Amino acid sequence: MSMTRPIATTRSATGISTGKLAVWWLIASEIVIFGGVLGSYIMHRLGHPEWASQAAHTNTWAGAFNTLVLLTSSLAAVLAHNAAELKDGKKAAKYLWLTILGACIFLVVKGFEWSNEIHHGFTITAHTFWSFYYTAAGIHGLHVIIGAIIMAVIAMDAAKGKDLQRVEAVGLYWHFVDIVWIFLFPLLYIAK
Amino acid sequence: MSDATTAPAAHDAGHGDGGHGHHEDHSKHYIKIWGVLLVLLVASVIGPFIGEATGIQIITLITAFGIAFVKAYLVIKHFMHLTVEKRYIGFLMLTMLAFMLVFVAGVSPDVMKHAGQRWTNDAAEAVVKKGLAEDANGHGGGHDEKKPTEGTPPH
Repeated sequence: MSMTRPIATTRSATGISTGKLAVWWLIASEIVIFGGVLGSYIMHRLGHPEWASQAAHTNTWAGAFNTLVLLTSSLAAVLAHNAAELKDGKKAAKYLWLTILGACIFLVVKGFEWSNEIHHGFTITAHTFWSFYYTAAGIHGLHVIIGAIIMAVIAMDAAKGKDLQRVEAVGLYWHFVDIVWIFLFPLLYIAK
Repeated sequence: MSDATTAPAAHDAGHGDGGHGHHEDHSKHYIKIWGVLLVLLVASVIGPFIGEATGIQIITLITAFGIAFVKAYLVIKHFMHLTVEKRYIGFLMLTMLAFMLVFVAGVSPDVMKHAGQRWTNDAAEAVVKKGLAEDANGHGGGHDEKKPTEGTPPH
């Protein structure tokens, strides 16, 4: 084992490389974070039927388009993993950049969507529904940004054939971000 | 895995740390799953419209939320490979979900109900009544209103 390589990339005391295990633990903690927000939202929504009139103003088509974008970016992420398994670092990097493109499109759509809603008075303080809406989608968006940055770093290394095991690790994180959106979409955009 | 201290993690990761030592190109399989996910997405968008048009709410519930669980399952199984991952990872995830259920079970009576045998949440009831009255009067918020619910008390 090289002295310069972090131990997480090579050690596997649990049958899984320590780096990947760390990502699973991260996802475990994220389940509680997003689960808490979504659970609270569902309970409030069921207890407050009057929120329906607020939810009616979310843009279903923007939400659906962003779901399409994230599902497609998840495909790119798993194809990057597949390429990494085949030791094709350049191809893995290419797919990672496609995933990042998906993240950028998602954020741009979100930006237009939010600016339109804020323009029409639906701000984070306008109603408790909008507080939940901006908090849940905002935390999720933050995860998209962080994921894109990490993927860019990993893509640059992968293009050189370096540390290809990280491609799978960041992919796991990205799929989780996708799953969160899979639930946010019907909760915020479809349940009117 | 064959050698825990030297094998690259990309190998040990494989599809669940199987340590098979050989890797096939699964691109077509992933694209197929993506196609299924897109079909489900279309169904989850169209379903609620049908549910609304027919007045059958169960269609909305199944297509919107039922399909979300199916989509999540497909991503977890085929993209995250959790089903072939070490079993304790699955248990770890389930434990976290169990924590969430405990949280919801503990808090939901206070949040979802506004009155019980020996208590009432007058503020929450007032908010619901006021909101529904505003909806009935057409003041429930609109795209042309700058302050859709100004004056609505917090709850």
